[in-house]
Amino acid sequence: MPSYRFVILNAKDNVATALDDIPAGSAVNITRHDREHEITVKQTIEFGHKFAIAPIKQGEDVLKYGEVIGVASTDIAEGEHVHVHNVEGKRGRGDKKNGDRSVLGI
Amino acid sequence: METAQFWGYRRPDGRVGVRNHVLILPTIVCATQAAKQVTELVHGTVSFIHQHGCAQVGVDYEQTFRTYVGMGTNPNVYGVVVMGLGCETHQGRSVAQEIAKSGKPVDLVSIQDHGGTLGAIAEAARIAAKMVQDASALVREPFDISELIVGTECGGSDACSGLSANPAVGYVSDMVVDRGGTVILAETTELIGAEHLLANRAVDDRVAKRVYEAIEAMEKRAMMMGVDIRTGNPSPGNRKGGLTTLEEKSLGAAAKAGTRPLQELINYAARPTKKGLVWMDTPGHDIEQLTGMVAGGAQVVLFTSGRGTPTGSPIAPVIKIATNTPMFERMRENMDVNAGTIIEGKESLESVGRRIFDELLLTASGKLTKSEILKQHDFGIWRIGPTF
Repeated sequence: MPSYRFVILNAKDNVATALDDIPAGSAVNITRHDREHEITVKQTIEFGHKFAIAPIKQGEDVLKYGEVIGVASTDIAEGEHVHVHNVEGKRGRGDKKNGDRSVLGI
Repeated sequence: METAQFWGYRRPDGRVGVRNHVLILPTIVCATQAAKQVTELVHGTVSFIHQHGCAQVGVDYEQTFRTYVGMGTNPNVYGVVVMGLGCETHQGRSVAQEIAKSGKPVDLVSIQDHGGTLGAIAEAARIAAKMVQDASALVREPFDISELIVGTECGGSDACSGLSANPAVGYVSDMVVDRGGTVILAETTELIGAEHLLANRAVDDRVAKRVYEAIEAMEKRAMMMGVDIRTGNPSPGNRKGGLTTLEEKSLGAAAKAGTRPLQELINYAARPTKKGLVWMDTPGHDIEQLTGMVAGGAQVVLFTSGRGTPTGSPIAPVIKIATNTPMFERMRENMDVNAGTIIEGKESLESVGRRIFDELLLTASGKLTKSEILKQHDFGIWRIGPTF
């Protein structure tokens, strides 16, 4: 089985960044909170793109560099591609009524 | 701490240049074409095209004025021929008088006063030719790196920016600061979401407060437009590269600032008053940011890119650093340094940082960058008011 490279930048993170193109259905070994487990990548993850290394509920923060990079706009399963289709930015949201930056959909 | 030196030119005001240009400075859009003609006639001159200089008021007027003066007083410029039209808001005479305070040679040519386009071009070319010869008689001397103001910038970012080139530039930033130099962090837009990390590094509460104020003002502009800032930033290319939100891009961008204390926050195109790491309030727009830093006195700029960009300045060398090897290979004629080796696991961040630092000193001593060789003379002012 080929091994694909990816990076988890901080122990708090719930996403990993692919350093290779990782084909859909590939299994990758993730170490998170001292627990090693295998997850299956659900879609092809292009170089530089992210996939979830834990389930992320709608409205939950997405964490990279140990910091908030946005909020899940839908439930995201482990191994799913994490990008603009399921993550919303919380900042600079002039489209939100009264500049509301709370959870999406409110 | 080991010291570091480069070979530069001492200017009458005491500052040190790394280039020796004669700048044909059009202070009004109407004079830009004539100024460009002068650069085609006279070797050793540079200029730039822009659309500013008239029907501007208030703080917007002041910001444009400050930018013109900053370009003229940048120590990379030996002397300046200011070109005006005659009837405009930004009078060439005021700009020339302000630049003259630096002690460098300055002259003024106005199209309406010098017989129209052809007369003005001839007069400006005559003055410039003399300045170029005088400039060429100067010899470089060794100076300590503490004389340098290094601008930092990222443009066309991708997911590798925050992993390779930006942290490597952060390493260089710390090296320059530790040796007494100055580093400018800019692009306020692209620090939205990372402001708390920088505010925590502010030297005092006043600077920390300024950080939050600058971020709030920038974010409010997006709010006033009534749109999701993501419609413009991250850009389509950023998103294709894997960046999902502005916050994610910002956290990667902030890595350029290294780890040292934040000394002050300065206005667009203003000159730093402190050594060390300073933050200039600029937009994320590559050219407007670059112009602000160069007008603020940056002699050299470190510019990281993931997608690849040609950007350069008419008066300051811009060192392009690729975040990934495939782009470095595709755009070899534009990129100066490859930091993609970090992603490939072939080289450490510190090793790439030291390579960039060496390139910085070589460039400051005269080595031409790709953007200089390709005459990429970009210039754009951050306008903060409407045109009237």
